Amino acid sequence: MRTKALVSRICQQMLRDKRTLGLLFVAPLLILTLMYFIFNGNAVDPKLGVVNVSKSLAEALEKNDINVIEYEKDDNQIIISDNLDGLLLVEDSKLKLTLQNSDPSKAKALQMKINQAVVTQAQVKNVAAPALKAPSIDVSYLYGDSETTFFDVLSPILVGFFVFFFVFLISGIGLLRERTTGTLERLMATPIHRKEVVFGYLIGYGIFAVVQTVIVVLYSVNVLDITLVGSIWNVMLINLLLALVALSLGIFLSTFAASEFQMIQFIPIVIVPQVFFAGIFPLEGMADWLRGIGKIMPIYYGADALKGLMYKGLSLSDISKDIFVLLTFAIIFIVLNIVTLKKYRKL
Amino acid sequence: MENTIIVDKVSKTLGKKMVLKDINLSMEKGQIYGLIGPSGAGKTTLVKMIVGMEKADTGSIQVLDKKVPNLQLLNDIGYMAQADALYTELTGRENLKFFASLFKMNKTEQKQRIAYASELVNLTEELNKRVSAYSGGMKRRLSLAIALIQNPKILILDEPTVGIDPELSFSIWNELFRLKNEEEKTILVTTHVMGEAEKCDHLAMVREGCILTKGTPKELKEHYKVDSLEDVFLKAGGIK
Repeated sequence: MRTKALVSRICQQMLRDKRTLGLLFVAPLLILTLMYFIFNGNAVDPKLGVVNVSKSLAEALEKNDINVIEYEKDDNQIIISDNLDGLLLVEDSKLKLTLQNSDPSKAKALQMKINQAVVTQAQVKNVAAPALKAPSIDVSYLYGDSETTFFDVLSPILVGFFVFFFVFLISGIGLLRERTTGTLERLMATPIHRKEVVFGYLIGYGIFAVVQTVIVVLYSVNVLDITLVGSIWNVMLINLLLALVALSLGIFLSTFAASEFQMIQFIPIVIVPQVFFAGIFPLEGMADWLRGIGKIMPIYYGADALKGLMYKGLSLSDISKDIFVLLTFAIIFIVLNIVTLKKYRKL
Repeated sequence: MENTIIVDKVSKTLGKKMVLKDINLSMEKGQIYGLIGPSGAGKTTLVKMIVGMEKADTGSIQVLDKKVPNLQLLNDIGYMAQADALYTELTGRENLKFFASLFKMNKTEQKQRIAYASELVNLTEELNKRVSAYSGGMKRRLSLAIALIQNPKILILDEPTVGIDPELSFSIWNELFRLKNEEEKTILVTTHVMGEAEKCDHLAMVREGCILTKGTPKELKEHYKVDSLEDVFLKAGGIK
């Protein structure tokens, strides 16, 4: 009954605060859309300068989507002045490649393409040995297909992360304001139970977290066309679990902040490290102790579950461990919240 | 006369500082009890302990024959904190309604109490305005209305008239007199304004966590053979 009063009050307050609502509902969509366009941009053909290269090799290079420009003499300055990705020089029938390498991944890709071109050209020239012709490899994909981009793998993690981040921020600051203005203390001078307070906040902010989750998931799947192999309901469920963890964590951490500014300081300490363990960067190569740290981060489990559901098409039972851990996190934080309210009333 | 609040040998340490030392007080039904003292004397801590928000290190507090802290007891205590703890995004009416719904009250009762409490502090006209548009005095009045919302037997008001103009302060005191006389409420008021001390039935002067002296204003003045309560305070505290 009192919980209901608390929930309706939080809803009233939130609905009055249009800007916070905007941050909660529109900001994640904006960022996801931006990321979508950034990662799905068409790759630009690398620019390669060639000096003293045979015509057949130049053709082979061009076939491999390389923009070939011929130069008279070899001079590394032209790489800079003409903004070339690399310069290929043939000297005494030996190949010499200089890469700009301001973007290592681009440089590696170019190097691979040149290698391929050189090999093909050598085979064409070597008509005497047709057996050497490269066998075509029939590639099949366990997850996704040849059209899969990095964004498809990244997007489940991003969806989960934004739900977590915005819910954390808004619930944490919302409760902090109650602490600093004294309304929480005033509330504790009424016969309300501590658990009624905690559940009131969880449900009140939870309603907005649910709406946000639904909007973000529907938008990513329908508008941004993010790969969704599994069921959309399962995706919602995991995101809601993540939101619940974020909510209870935000409320809990607001206990240790004396101002909004101090609450923001939790972002680099609590939120940013979670990004590193979310699966955007490969975890396999990390040192054992580092992976151990990852295992105490809620987003690690949320991202793993979401990637499994959205990209790999796993079922709920496949990710039951993730669900269990997330639930445990939520329960721990909720209990801690009920206990820390003793700061305001010893009963 | 029956005692409604009994503070028995209460001490409290916050951090390393002893904020209250061996406090004994008893308040009666139908009485305005004043806690007078400078800021930092420990008045607010004592008030919070009576409400049950802080716990005494030693000693005990009884309110309406129940030992504090007691959750049910909070139904009978109307508390007005020193700072206006209001939801500024909401209107005055929504604030009152929220606090009313934390107590056991049906819809009609709730409406009546909101009408009564807002009438009392002269806010009926402003109830539909958001609190963010209220003046300091209006916020103070709304806080008082919230303290009265559940018709509590005991009213605990921490510096109720700070930042309120003399006219309104006068009308609030008149209402406190009425609540005391007609409804026999126990009213505990903290203040550092000596002029208000005169209006209390009973006084306790507090400084640095100790009670310097207590009694009715008349008794105190007679005992220390002075004309004003200021002098009582100085004499009881300073020249010891």
